[in-house]
Amino acid sequence: MSVTLDIRLKRANKVYHEGEAVTGVIVLVCKEPLQHHGISLSMEGLVNLQLSSKSVGVFEAFYNSVKPIQLISSNIEVAKAGKIPGGKTEIPFEFPLQTKGNKVLYETYHGVFVNIQYTLRCDMKRSLLAKDLSRNCEFIVHCQPQKAKVAPTPVNFTITPDTLQNIRERSALPKFLIRGHLDATNCVISQPLTGELVVENSDVPIKSIELQLVRVETCGCAEGYARDATEIQNIQIAEGDICHGLSIPIYMVFPRLFTCPTLETTNFKVEFEVNIVIVLHDDHLITENFPLKLCRV
Amino acid sequence: FYLERSRGRNYEAELQRCHPEVALVEFGDYHPLKPIMVTDTKTRRGARKGSTSSSSSSSSSVPPDPLSSMLDGTDPLSMFAAASASETPAMSHSRREKEEEAVGPDFEPWSSKRGEILARFTTTEKLSIVTAVVSVGKAPSPGSSAVSEKVRTRLEELDDLEEGSQRELLNLSQQDYANRIEELNQSLKEAWASDQKVKALKIVIQCSKLLSDTSVIQFYPSKFVLITDILDTFGRLVYDRIWTMCSDPRPLPDSFTVEDVNDTAKETCLNWFFKIASIRELLPRLYVEAAILKCNRFLNKSGIQETLPRLTAMIRGIGDPLVAAYARAYLCRVGMEVAPHLKDSLNRNFFDLLGTFRQISGESVRNQLVLQRVEVPEYLTLYSPAISWILQCIAYRAPEPLLTEMMERCKKLGNNALLLNSVMRAFRPEFVAIRATDFIGMIKDCDEAGFPKHLLFGSLGRSLACADPPESERLTILNEAWKVVTKVRSPQDYINCAEIWVEFTCRHFTKREVNTVLADIIKHMTPDRAFEDAYPQLQSVIRKILTYFHDFSVLFSMERFLPFLDMFQKDSVRVEVCRSIMEVFIKHQVELTRDPVILNAMLHICKTMHDSVNALTLEDEKRSLALLIIGFIRMVSFGRDFEQQLSFCVEARATFCNLEPVLVQLIHTVNQLAMETRRVMGGNHSRKTAAFVRACAAYSFITIPSLSSIFSRLSLYLLSGQVALANQCLSQADAFLKAAVSILPEVPRSISVEGKLRSSESFLLDFINNFLATLLVVPDHPEHGVLYLVRGLLNMVQDYTWEDNSDAKVRVYISALPLLAAMSQETYLYSIPKVDSNETLYGGDPKFLSEINKLCETLIGQILDHLKALGRDEVRTNADVQRFCFFFLMIRSVLQKVSRGSPCSPAPEHQSLVYKLGKNICASHIRFV
Repeated sequence: MSVTLDIRLKRANKVYHEGEAVTGVIVLVCKEPLQHHGISLSMEGLVNLQLSSKSVGVFEAFYNSVKPIQLISSNIEVAKAGKIPGGKTEIPFEFPLQTKGNKVLYETYHGVFVNIQYTLRCDMKRSLLAKDLSRNCEFIVHCQPQKAKVAPTPVNFTITPDTLQNIRERSALPKFLIRGHLDATNCVISQPLTGELVVENSDVPIKSIELQLVRVETCGCAEGYARDATEIQNIQIAEGDICHGLSIPIYMVFPRLFTCPTLETTNFKVEFEVNIVIVLHDDHLITENFPLKLCRV
Repeated sequence: FYLERSRGRNYEAELQRCHPEVALVEFGDYHPLKPIMVTDTKTRRGARKGSTSSSSSSSSSVPPDPLSSMLDGTDPLSMFAAASASETPAMSHSRREKEEEAVGPDFEPWSSKRGEILARFTTTEKLSIVTAVVSVGKAPSPGSSAVSEKVRTRLEELDDLEEGSQRELLNLSQQDYANRIEELNQSLKEAWASDQKVKALKIVIQCSKLLSDTSVIQFYPSKFVLITDILDTFGRLVYDRIWTMCSDPRPLPDSFTVEDVNDTAKETCLNWFFKIASIRELLPRLYVEAAILKCNRFLNKSGIQETLPRLTAMIRGIGDPLVAAYARAYLCRVGMEVAPHLKDSLNRNFFDLLGTFRQISGESVRNQLVLQRVEVPEYLTLYSPAISWILQCIAYRAPEPLLTEMMERCKKLGNNALLLNSVMRAFRPEFVAIRATDFIGMIKDCDEAGFPKHLLFGSLGRSLACADPPESERLTILNEAWKVVTKVRSPQDYINCAEIWVEFTCRHFTKREVNTVLADIIKHMTPDRAFEDAYPQLQSVIRKILTYFHDFSVLFSMERFLPFLDMFQKDSVRVEVCRSIMEVFIKHQVELTRDPVILNAMLHICKTMHDSVNALTLEDEKRSLALLIIGFIRMVSFGRDFEQQLSFCVEARATFCNLEPVLVQLIHTVNQLAMETRRVMGGNHSRKTAAFVRACAAYSFITIPSLSSIFSRLSLYLLSGQVALANQCLSQADAFLKAAVSILPEVPRSISVEGKLRSSESFLLDFINNFLATLLVVPDHPEHGVLYLVRGLLNMVQDYTWEDNSDAKVRVYISALPLLAAMSQETYLYSIPKVDSNETLYGGDPKFLSEINKLCETLIGQILDHLKALGRDEVRTNADVQRFCFFFLMIRSVLQKVSRGSPCSPAPEHQSLVYKLGKNICASHIRFV
């Protein structure tokens, strides 16, 4: 006797905001009538923090700081113990997306050390002989648009051998001059990062120019914290020896789920940075870093 | 002995009697073939598909035809046609067709360029494919694990390896390479069909990554074509999938807006774009996004409009100028297909291209060329398909000022030859033609290095062949162009260019200039027999000349035309050229001609065709050659100079002796000539004309035996005999007819008609009947006996080995009876002016009549014997009985006709015999049927 259990959200993109109602249906498909001991549906929002292996030893003391933080949790009984007729049964449900007290619903974010995730879980209890059924379904929360207006401020940059730090032998470096600008470093998350870059001159041909989007996750509290920067994505914007003096567009779409508005709480922080990486033909790697501030409007 | 003579006939009176009464048919009467008159038709069409309903009321003088009434006025085919004509925009699923409409049929589609590029850019070098599964950004990997970054990347690499990535296929031939790409295309389709969308995307990314590889650079344009095919497939798959997602409950109209698209479809579409935006490498990201550009329609109105400029700018990041140029070409192609109205990004692309032009002569390119051992001119030609395509997109229905601006920009870049070439090829010929002088100036200013000038002049010539430059400049243009063309050293390059310019020359100039051009071509192509490698081009020269010069007297008066033809020394090509000339001649020569120049030249050409015939020539080939030559012969006329015409025929006979149909035509021509002479002389030949017509007869007489087909010979003998008779050449006529009779025994029992073996009997019978009819007017030869020819014929018939069980012989006898009866009349049914037939010769001499009667007796005897034999026969089939009855009736009616009203009584014993036989037969008929 097969039965499938599914949760279908009303919105195709599964995106909800605080204060809205998460609506949908539980879909049960079975060939024959089905006996059960009750169906329940729960909603949960959690922040999972993880310490990177290199810092575990140091921060074992702050063990409690890496306990998952619950943002929202509620539970309803969808159906009392009874019988479901054969065929397809749809049970509609609705959860208000409301926090208790002064808790804030952070935006959904999938990172390495920080994960903010909202799930719906449907459980169907059954008799001892049959296994209980359950189904998980993630939905996405976007935080409310920030009230403050973001005025885009362009950031100009110039990269020459002289502007570089962390180099071993400045004299061995070939000459180059790269100029450009980012249209803004406080970016709207739903809009791409844009800008321009011009290779004015370069003694050694350029191999590749890339945009590296980096997440900077900080876990911990006042006592101490772990800060890790990891790459989210790397987008090549120039390949080969590009024409000098011609501006090349800088353009990157912020990936969904893997980015969220810059977040700063007492227990953890999620920040983003972008690196402009220039690879020269002799495999010199030149990186220019720009911290970003993401927001949602 | 009883049948004294045939019944006397009054042909005049009989003719009068036989005239049918004239019955007038009133108009408006019912006629079975008259169509039903529909007086009122109303057709109403439903607004939606399929619901085409039409009603019509028809009134006519007849009950409506059941078929047409079933169809309710309109037949189903025209109904469909009407429906599709009025409703295509609403219901057409063939969206691709619609797109092309948006561009218009005058836009040369990519598909036509495709093949050309594939054929042109080939290589014998070994190729390699790196099949690396591209990691689709880092995004899809959920970062929930605690393992360190290093370990994770290592694991990812392992994953990739598992999928068989990073596999380099080396040493592929060009064909292998194409096959491999086709394999990828197939696996893309399979992956898509089996719902492995990610795999499909990976394949596409992998393919487009191949485009950044410029090793074996000569093959790059072809590689581009192959790979963009895959991208097109992918774009179509994605678009169709999203489109079907919206087609529930009813299909999306073609002109849908964003509001018509449901959320799920939008989300799917958005997913695709996010996924593509996270592709790491620049080139795949660019190509794949361009491939699904059209899907922007599902998301928002201005999507395409915003994406195109962005992608255009993105291409600036491609360092290799060749790769960038082709990426631009692809973007333009997609742009033209999806949003032809967005011209700006096309222009932008071109300006960017110009901006990066200096890269082509840059150091990295130079290093690459040295490494691959490719010459600069060859390298530059690799660009031409891409640049031409971009310019073609820009130039399509572009306003004049824009084109002028483009040209100015090209000029600024130091008249770069490569650009100039593409401009000339892509812009409207009219545009180029008006500025032809400017272009020539620019071409002259180009630096010789890099791009050969003859190619430039070739492109210019191509434009000028379609559009006319101002009249005053034409001669200068030709002079300037030819100055360069004639200096081209390599014969192959030379002829390629010259061939193009021939058209311009023919279009605007007289034979003098064309002659000069031909002379120049001959001069260039003769050394070292260079023409041997240039037959297609030389043929095209001839074709072009023939398109513009229809007056053959002008054509052949070009001194160099025939020497030019002499360059075609390969037999098959030469015959083909001659054939094309002949075809044009037959089509365009309206007036008969006697121009010696034309005749000489045409005879030469026809002789060439004729001489190509050998034992191996196919029948069809022979037939078509013969037809062409016949066409020529018919066009020849010397007017009143008949002797000249005859001597032409003599010459032609000598020349075309291997083609029988031509000989037949010649005999006909000569016969016609004789009759024409007769007409001119009003039937009274002078001594001179009499001699001439005899000469004609002699011509035919000696020509006919050389024909192999016995029936042509027979009919020509008969025809020529008739002609000779009409021209009062009695002995010649006699000779013809005698010859005909004498070859009768040679007629085979079966002949091949259209490849099938058939009995010759019916042909033979037809001929004999025709022959007999002629014999009525042929006077007896004074030295031979009475009815010499008739007897001769009948003897031949008697001796001929007819088919077993055939009645043919008896049939001939039966048809001979009316002839004999007609011969015994006082005045004959027909006669030939100025020729005394037997009626006058014998004047009803009883001896003559009795000869006829004797002959009749013999014939009737023979016939009756045959009848008896039939009647006696033991084994009789139904067919036999029918045959018998037929003969029975025939003989009866013939006998009646012959004997009725004659002064003597009919032969009673014959009559009774006939009746007795009849009874027998009727009895047996009842028994057997």
